[in-house]
Amino acid sequence: MKIELSSSQSEKKEKFIAFVNNEITPYADQFDRNEKIPKEIIQHLTSHEYAGMILPDKEGNHNSDMISYGLLCEEIGKASASLLSIITVHGMVGQSLLKWGSSFQKEYWLPKLAKGEAIGAFALTEPHIGSDAKNIGTSAIFSNGSYTLNGKKKWISCGQMADIFLIIAQCDGKPSAFLIEKDQPGLSILPIHDMMGFKSAMLAELHLDGCIVGEKNLVGRLGFGFSHVGTTALNHGRYCIGWGGVGIAQACLDASLDYTAKRKQFGTYLKDHQLIKRMIADMVTNIKAARMLCYHAGYLNETGDPDLIMETSIAKYFASKIATKAANDAVQIHGANGCSSKYPVERYMRDAKILEIIEGSNEIQQVIIADYAY
Amino acid sequence: MMKTDEIKEEIKKFLSKYIKKTDLEDDMELFTSRLINSLFAMQLVLYLEKQYKIKVENEDLDIKNFNTINLITAFVERKI
Repeated sequence: MKIELSSSQSEKKEKFIAFVNNEITPYADQFDRNEKIPKEIIQHLTSHEYAGMILPDKEGNHNSDMISYGLLCEEIGKASASLLSIITVHGMVGQSLLKWGSSFQKEYWLPKLAKGEAIGAFALTEPHIGSDAKNIGTSAIFSNGSYTLNGKKKWISCGQMADIFLIIAQCDGKPSAFLIEKDQPGLSILPIHDMMGFKSAMLAELHLDGCIVGEKNLVGRLGFGFSHVGTTALNHGRYCIGWGGVGIAQACLDASLDYTAKRKQFGTYLKDHQLIKRMIADMVTNIKAARMLCYHAGYLNETGDPDLIMETSIAKYFASKIATKAANDAVQIHGANGCSSKYPVERYMRDAKILEIIEGSNEIQQVIIADYAY
Repeated sequence: MMKTDEIKEEIKKFLSKYIKKTDLEDDMELFTSRLINSLFAMQLVLYLEKQYKIKVENEDLDIKNFNTINLITAFVERKI
């Protein structure tokens, strides 16, 4: 067993840190206030150089590995969880097409997704269906060589900006996945604002009213939209969110270390108060544990091991949980300052909570993990 | 070339990690009887790909390829 980054992974990590520190971190609060992230940043981040690294280039070669991709997710999550959620859903569409897309879908869409020329979003959740994904109400009816989709999707990350949606619908009782372009007649996109966290994730509600698409838009086969296409997407999403949780927790630790070294109470720096040390120690330990779970999930993803599904759930569950704890403690350490938007920890706290809900709520992860244990 | 019985035994061994309460029979319906869930469906795909160095493609998504140990074995034999 060898647990260390390769020189190539270390180099990539340094590059990601530099990019995020220069291009994202200084603007993350502004993104949050404006509830928007410029499309150029997303396009740059989805290129082969960054998030597009795990999609094949035009020659069909993969540029990178899942550990490097995880390192990128950690750095993005550290700066802006909203941006991470956009990169996550974009990746979910890419990975689903890479595994289950038709030749046409792979040849046409993957190069665009890998270059940031098209941004993808994943649409499973509905106004009345969250975790109970098998009972989605969106329908697809096949007739005369095409599918007509009707229904509503809600809380769709990047919905306001995406060029293409991977939508899960029931076709004659069979969960199925469809690719639908943003300007498809019958598809309306309604922005969602005023969220507690992920404020700049550009969430949207999608209304499908007699949206007609051809057979070439079906991803995978009828009946395999959730079990195979959806699971591929969600597994990728959980991997990204797990790393994002590590990123938020690390950002909370960094902010807390900085703050406690500068602020004095009772004539002593906060860092020398024992109850502060307890919170710092928990952050350090939990971050290390969560990062190791993510490395393990990344290794299994890289090797295509069947255990990757379970281990990725475990990593997502733990990392999002400790991110919320780290953010709670970071706000506590910062006191009233921590409740002010002058300090980033209040944003970390709002965003960390969302990680426990998206890509399968933590309660669903717990059920999966416990069932596996039995 | 692996023998059919060897493939079948390996698949049965893999399945038994996830189906602990039942004696697995070769023609027992796995998915249509809901003996295993949708999460397991992808684990099975990953197992077959890794163990037999095959690629499960879009066009392979057919319950007739995966619903029993016999069907999975036949699918693997066609692919390797």
